[in-house]
Amino acid sequence: MTTEQIKRHEQPRDWATDYDIFDPDYVRDPYPIWDELREKCPVAHTEHLGGSWMPTKYADLYTIAQDIDHFSSREILVAPVVPPPGVDPESIPFYGVRAPPISADPPEHTWTRKMLLPHFSIKAVTPYEEKTRDLCGKLIDRFIDKGRADAAVDYAQQIPPRIIGSMLGVPEEMSDTFINWVRDLLEIGLSKPEVRGPARLELLKFLDAEINDRRANPRDDLISRLLKTEIDGQPVPHQILLGMCLLLVVAGIDTTWSSIGSALWHLAQHPADRKMLIEQPDLMPNAVEELLRAYSPVTMARLMNSDYEYNGCPMRTDDRVLMNFPAANRDPEKFEDPAKVVLDRKFNPHIAFGAGIHRCAGSNLARMEMRVSIEEWLKRIPEFHLENPDAVTWAGGQVRGPRSLPVVFP
Amino acid sequence: MKIHVIEEKCQGHNRCFVVASELFELDDYGYSHEVNGGVVPPELEEKARLAVANCPENAIIVVEDGE
Repeated sequence: MTTEQIKRHEQPRDWATDYDIFDPDYVRDPYPIWDELREKCPVAHTEHLGGSWMPTKYADLYTIAQDIDHFSSREILVAPVVPPPGVDPESIPFYGVRAPPISADPPEHTWTRKMLLPHFSIKAVTPYEEKTRDLCGKLIDRFIDKGRADAAVDYAQQIPPRIIGSMLGVPEEMSDTFINWVRDLLEIGLSKPEVRGPARLELLKFLDAEINDRRANPRDDLISRLLKTEIDGQPVPHQILLGMCLLLVVAGIDTTWSSIGSALWHLAQHPADRKMLIEQPDLMPNAVEELLRAYSPVTMARLMNSDYEYNGCPMRTDDRVLMNFPAANRDPEKFEDPAKVVLDRKFNPHIAFGAGIHRCAGSNLARMEMRVSIEEWLKRIPEFHLENPDAVTWAGGQVRGPRSLPVVFP
Repeated sequence: MKIHVIEEKCQGHNRCFVVASELFELDDYGYSHEVNGGVVPPELEEKARLAVANCPENAIIVVEDGE
């Protein structure tokens, strides 16, 4: 046991002034902490990782998400990404590549988002539904006879990388590499720059080559279509395209696999909910929204544009604000019985995909992947439960979801 | 009953369209607009209310209530 752990056990952490989103207790079960914060200190503060503020009430999250003048999206990660000491940032390859529109404010946000939206409309993602269904079936084929599976590693994690890969037009064999890059970038790399740097470089090198390939040989894929877009009669700058492709890979992968994993984690423990979905398949779209509400995976950050007092909190220029949408979605002031998963819940204006101008551009794709993957699982494996609840592990930080989820289906 | 989508508030969550595709249409960017001048047939009033209640942006308003 380390000194840090001993200290924690002797003196419980004050979450209102000293939260740590990587604390093992928080990663495993953040819900009681959010409930306490909403009551005691609805906008918490910490000095960890360079300092940040964290609202937990729906009303605050909604208000801040709309206030793009004070709360910038220039930085969306919880911890500042700093180059290693003594290294000139300009010497780092692809240093200036961001991930627009998520990492942009207007005006860049406006036109980059407009470029992406038509490719992620309900109509645009529907053609990928059959592919998703086939893929789910093939994944289940691999483990169904064994009577057990890791629903996170063998299933949830496998789906989004293959679908976004197929949209982008990259070889299917790249999926496992994508998975590793994304985990190194966003999960492990969030607190370990030595892991993050090389993963980012490899991923950007790969995407850079893909874009150059499509420039020379256009195909029927998303990269080629984005290349064809003109803004005010001008082609889109290469660096912007590279950032957008980075976003498509990064944002479309660990977020949705977290949601699929959390949904299966829930269903493994709630036979009545499994039964309900099997008997009433039309309930699925509503159930997906409820699972998104109850197990929202994503917490993005904002950066203060100026000194600004929000609800009595003296926020300073360049302070970070963690947009705890998952906590907002469990706010009893907004949702009745918020801790309970009610698959046929009628009133559910959740903000799992955020709110305001940064509403997740891939939300329709995520919903489709969630719905189809749960449908296919229940079709083949209607009865299943956790092999050992203590063996389930969770990724914390800014994207929460199960990373190991052993289930059995005798 | 009559409803209206406030264009400046809609962020394209598409919740209204999923709940009541008879009452809304989406443009290429996913932004929602009411169809048929926003007039809601009596049999769709419950769906219209669900669409209003589930919009995360509070972008849909009831202009005239049938009740």
